[in-house]
Amino acid sequence: MESGRREFLKTAAGAAALGLGAGAASFVGAEALARSRAGQAAAGGGKRYALAVDTKKCAEREGCRACIDACHVTHNVPRIENREEEIKWVWKEEAEWVFQDRVHEYSGAELRRRPVLVLCNHCDNPPCVRVCPTQATFKSADGPVMMDPHRCIGCRYCVVGCPYGARSFNWKDPRPYIEHVDPAYPPRARGVVEKCTMCSERLAHGLLPACVEACAREGAGALLFGDMNDPESEIRKRVESSLSLRRKEHLGTRPQVYYTL
Amino acid sequence: MLEKALRGSGKYWGLVGFLLVLIGAGLGCYLWQFREGLQITGLSRDVPWGFYISQFTFLVGVAASAVILVLPYYLHDYKAFGRIVVLGEFLAVAAVIMCMLFVFVDMGQPMRVLNVMLHPTPQSVMFWDVLVLSGYLVLNVVISRVTFSAEVKGVAPAAWIRPLIVLSIPWAVSIHTVTAFLYSGLGARPFWLTAILAPRFLASAFSSGPSLLILLCLLLKKFTRFDAGSKAIQKLGVIVVYAMLVNIFFVGVELFTALYSDIPEHKHHFQYLFLGLEGKTMMVPWMWFSQTVGMLSVLFLLNPKVRQKERFLALGCLGVIVAIWIEKGLGMVVGGFVPSTQGSLMEYWPTAPEVVIGLGVYGIGFLVLTVLYKVAVSERELEEA
Repeated sequence: MESGRREFLKTAAGAAALGLGAGAASFVGAEALARSRAGQAAAGGGKRYALAVDTKKCAEREGCRACIDACHVTHNVPRIENREEEIKWVWKEEAEWVFQDRVHEYSGAELRRRPVLVLCNHCDNPPCVRVCPTQATFKSADGPVMMDPHRCIGCRYCVVGCPYGARSFNWKDPRPYIEHVDPAYPPRARGVVEKCTMCSERLAHGLLPACVEACAREGAGALLFGDMNDPESEIRKRVESSLSLRRKEHLGTRPQVYYTL
Repeated sequence: MLEKALRGSGKYWGLVGFLLVLIGAGLGCYLWQFREGLQITGLSRDVPWGFYISQFTFLVGVAASAVILVLPYYLHDYKAFGRIVVLGEFLAVAAVIMCMLFVFVDMGQPMRVLNVMLHPTPQSVMFWDVLVLSGYLVLNVVISRVTFSAEVKGVAPAAWIRPLIVLSIPWAVSIHTVTAFLYSGLGARPFWLTAILAPRFLASAFSSGPSLLILLCLLLKKFTRFDAGSKAIQKLGVIVVYAMLVNIFFVGVELFTALYSDIPEHKHHFQYLFLGLEGKTMMVPWMWFSQTVGMLSVLFLLNPKVRQKERFLALGCLGVIVAIWIEKGLGMVVGGFVPSTQGSLMEYWPTAPEVVIGLGVYGIGFLVLTVLYKVAVSERELEEA
């Protein structure tokens, strides 16, 4: 079935190239390519990092900002209070907005108002990567959707294309809004987009993402990080055994942040 | 040939001076934006594209509309357009230059804009848009230059230009189609996720572009000895009317789908634009004004007796331009962002420096247009004298 679909996509790509020009073909082609790459990674035992959020455990700690602060300090994320210009990599939003299609008027107030941790979903089929005209944002082999702030031209097409509001643009120079610049991680310039990178710089050193580490340190244990391609990993087992949600599943972005309610 | 632009009447220099003042003001504000970043605009986290990108979208339509003259003249030998086809091509040149500048001023890192060419990315519609717009600019510069200088010399243009002219016809359609695809291919934005967007863009382009051309021709007739001829102008008027009717029909089709299906994520954007959402009503008067003016203008122009009076024709065309400018240059882009992907309602209004930068870009475009039209008119006046 899957290979049949792939064949169809290839044929469609060819037909589109002949009929409608190379533009249409490259969209279809990119999707087919992403699929075959994901398939290869699964078969070849490559890693596919993902995050699971236990929203109940998270919400139990009212007002807890351990993961947010850890992330924002580690990555020199500026603290801009103005809502129109704020930069955020990870933050909390009410379940009503995070799971627009799962919460309804009879959902209990606790559920609707429950603050849910949100961040970049590191989609397997990321629209932001598809639309970026310079490949400044790209998908790394082990999962994280990355940003090269030196290549970014600041067109904000990725901000427009992301269905999760996970991308922040530097409307102004962020440096005055960073309390202590940590020289270990480069702060961004104004005029570029930034976002959560799943702490790929920490993963490279065998460390957990800063948010996950902070959550564990707090004793909340609401965040779980792991490799979805490893059938024995804790995250894979949890996602397999419990009902989990991914945001806006219907868009086909295949998010890699899993939520349990 | 260009030296014709260096000698002109007081009125001509007055216009050039006025445009230079606009450009100067725009440049000043742009330098400010260059130093401070896009924080000086009204753009925000939730509305990351606004005035600049919507002007770009509107002007792509103006650029594409040159095809309205090129196609009948070159493919169907419609002689009445012979005198003004070059005016359409010059308008396309000026409009594409403005498009590129509007994209440029919108960049957070303008010095890196050529990264689009350095790292070509076929999966990005923006890459294709840059490509087709540059190509369209080159096509129109070459075609207008070759055909017009041949005309001035009183000889037939070189034969190799004809394939380029034929190519420029689908190319014109492509620039506005690709520009629509910038928007309509995004799952994140249900407002634009509609197959009618590209056809609607073309319909609005083929009404607003020729409207602008009619106004320009009437201005030339008033202030110079160049007369486009009433046959050409009347034919353009007919095109404006039908294209505008098609555009209104497309808008209606879109409204029906969104409102009758009653799917919140599609409906909310139209509610925001036409009724306001939760007290956020900034766009409402503009949208109603746009729809009313558009509707009245087309009903007005629909009557051939009215249309034949050039003063009324000008009025109707102005109405069409205003209606589409608001619809496309304001509502279409901003409406897609409110509500945001997270359901929040952050409104947008351009700031003064943002508008001045925009006026500066229009200044540059109209200066290019003025110079090109001056050359065309002077040569025509010579021919006729």
